Amino acid sequence: MNFPIFPAAASTTAVATDRLYFFLLAFSACIIALIFVPLIFFLFKYRRGKVTSRDEPHLPTMKIEIAWTVIPVFLVTGMFAWAAEIFFEEEVPPANALEINVVGKQWMWKLQHSEGNREINELHVPVNRAVKLTLASEDVIHSFFIPAFRIKQDVVPGRFTTEWFQPTRLGVYRFYCSEYCGADHSKMAGNVFVLSPPAYAAWLAHDSPHETLARAGENLFRELGCSGCHVGSAAIHAPSLSGLYGKLVPLSDGTFVRADDKYLRDSILQPAAQIVAGYQPLMPTYTGHISEEELLHLIAYIKSIGQDATAQNP
Amino acid sequence: MNDNRQNYLSAGDTVGSWLLTNDHKRIGILFLCAILFFFVIAAVAAALMRLELLTPQGDLVLSETYNKLFTMHGVLMVWFFLIPSIPNVLGNFLVPLMIGARDLAFPRLNLLSWYLFMIGGFFAIHAIAIGGVDTGWTFYTPYSTAYSNTHVIEMALGIFIAGFGSILTGLNFIITIQKMRAPGLTWFRLPLFIWSIYATSIILVLATPVLAITLALMILERVWGLGIFDPKIGGDPILFQHLFWFYSHPAVYIMILPGLGVISEIIPCFARKKIFGYKFIAFSSVSIALIGFLVWGHHMFVSSQSLYAGMVFSFLSFLVAIPSAIKVFNWTMTLYRGSISLEAPMLYALGFIGLFVVGGLTGLFLASLAVDVHVHGTYFVVAHFHYIMVGGMVTAFMGGLHFWWPKITGRKYPEKLAQLAAIILFIGFNLTFFPQFVLGYLGMPRRVHDYAPEFQIYNVLSTAGASILAIAYLLPLIYLAWSIRHGKIAGPNPWRATGLEWQTASPPPTENFPATPVVVADAYEYPPLDDHGEPT
Repeated sequence: MNFPIFPAAASTTAVATDRLYFFLLAFSACIIALIFVPLIFFLFKYRRGKVTSRDEPHLPTMKIEIAWTVIPVFLVTGMFAWAAEIFFEEEVPPANALEINVVGKQWMWKLQHSEGNREINELHVPVNRAVKLTLASEDVIHSFFIPAFRIKQDVVPGRFTTEWFQPTRLGVYRFYCSEYCGADHSKMAGNVFVLSPPAYAAWLAHDSPHETLARAGENLFRELGCSGCHVGSAAIHAPSLSGLYGKLVPLSDGTFVRADDKYLRDSILQPAAQIVAGYQPLMPTYTGHISEEELLHLIAYIKSIGQDATAQNP
Repeated sequence: MNDNRQNYLSAGDTVGSWLLTNDHKRIGILFLCAILFFFVIAAVAAALMRLELLTPQGDLVLSETYNKLFTMHGVLMVWFFLIPSIPNVLGNFLVPLMIGARDLAFPRLNLLSWYLFMIGGFFAIHAIAIGGVDTGWTFYTPYSTAYSNTHVIEMALGIFIAGFGSILTGLNFIITIQKMRAPGLTWFRLPLFIWSIYATSIILVLATPVLAITLALMILERVWGLGIFDPKIGGDPILFQHLFWFYSHPAVYIMILPGLGVISEIIPCFARKKIFGYKFIAFSSVSIALIGFLVWGHHMFVSSQSLYAGMVFSFLSFLVAIPSAIKVFNWTMTLYRGSISLEAPMLYALGFIGLFVVGGLTGLFLASLAVDVHVHGTYFVVAHFHYIMVGGMVTAFMGGLHFWWPKITGRKYPEKLAQLAAIILFIGFNLTFFPQFVLGYLGMPRRVHDYAPEFQIYNVLSTAGASILAIAYLLPLIYLAWSIRHGKIAGPNPWRATGLEWQTASPPPTENFPATPVVVADAYEYPPLDDHGEPT
């Protein structure tokens, strides 16, 4: 048996988090010394029976109290700001990140790369490249936790959540489900493989040919009948989806909404909630007819046609 | 029973004289017996979990059984031991005695609190006996409403019912402290224990109804499919977490404030000194109770709560650390130029300070957003809250029980054994829970039945510590029980303490005081000391 004390630090976030953690450890050690050195000293010096002056000390009580109330306020404000800054970075993924979808279900992780490669309880990523995970749950709340990267995000049914990381060291690291999710919660774990870019490319190519996510989504788009209304020549008048992704959409109530993953998800599952200005609420709901994975495919497809320069705006 | 005068214990020894009593002291004893019963069951669950975690493989119990064990441990310890521990046992016994009253404002309501607690406890135990619950004490949705096929409804009902007992107790304390103080006992002459019970009662009255609403909604969704929390039927699972923690974070302060109050009584008595910064300690209790209502979101930093909400909750969580720090600083300063003796209650109090400081400092780690992202849901959190709730509250409860035992029973316990137990507790506790901080930062998730082999060494240490801790809890159970009949007669004030409760007989007569006492001095007015530490 060995005594590991600190986990491997294998991402940019891990380095930043550890720095704060070590500071907090040092700070705690100072506070413990500040309290217990005098406390233990008093225990010896003022033990009953020990001969020493016990005259009523005339201390400036008010000044002392104000000092040990106000100084800690400044100290904790500093700590708050430091931790919040790292957190802010953690919460906002960079624009050029590699995108990988993660679906949690009792009790396994299903992961899919945009090239279409599928994995179960394993995740292969290239080193030194930002990776953004889009997380969805098919049943209860899970949480995707990679200790070596110091990141964690709950995977909540009914919505997408995201987390991102940039691995800095090659190697194999564990990931876990860290939100209790039922009988085999502890089995819902796996490994991240951080590969060099060529090794990652080779891994991607290894079990091809694959349907890319966008292609899978395009097939679904036809199978589910979306194309019947949402392409330009359709008989029923519905908003065109090409060039949509990332744009501001005017709604019938006069507000605007950004066409991001959340909006697309909501529009497929609850189409009546946000009606595009100038259209009728005709679309049926797809709640119950489409799995989390299929949703992610459809969104990948809509994203891919969003990048067409020739897109016509509705 | 120790002399021929009538006291609250000799006032009747039939079952009816106990089960139908309106005497706050007897009701305190009823609560003591009840919470000990729940504590033993919950501790057995903990022991089984620690045994299972001795090896990385899940080889002692099934994963389903393990999940039921930690649920039962959490539910019983939180709602049926910690929350009623100091308030309902020591608070019930001491509040009227400390303020010079005959009883609480509503004695029959007080008895009703005990019956509600017992009915709730019956439901909880019954739910366990017929198969248990596997949701964790947090009952997160949609697992609890749509996926678990265990006895969730019955367990939640038990907590729901016991909650009304809590509300009535809080109400009773607030009114008693507000209206029934002896002549001359102004707010700033009150013992600090009373301030902490007052602050706790505010939380009991304001937060517990929110728990009742939350559990009721959860039960309705489970029974009738009311779409509140499950996204498949239009609900929002994060809403449950907001509601749950809006109660359960303040509840953490229900589980520590009374402990802080007990320590504020013990330290001046065994240092023979007036407490340093009385008003600051008193107001820090109240400010903990108030700020404690505004920090629930720090349980949800990685739940998908908004980034900015996370920041606000983080900052407020840092702020709530300050009143706790103020108390520790003031206790330390109280020792300066005192006359310190290290009897068992003082050893428990000093042990408390050590464990509470570690628990509080690791709270700063958890309030730090980026660090929390890593350690949330790991053993780091488990270690942190055990340092506060067990290292803090249970140690304070033990200290208080030893301190007031001579008042409650009229007898002294064997001092040397008690000192030994206090020291064993400190060692056993640290060995059990300190390794869990390391485990948490290494990344071991909580609530797992098996784990990666590199985590084993710390789990072995933790299990070893737990067996030492078990001795530290069993020992007092034995010698305290022994002392009820065989201990030395204590007399009214064995510690030569100030405070009204020490001015009446031990055990106190049913009516508490022969005549209503009049208070003419501040709390903790110990006489000036000579150079040997004796009163001049």
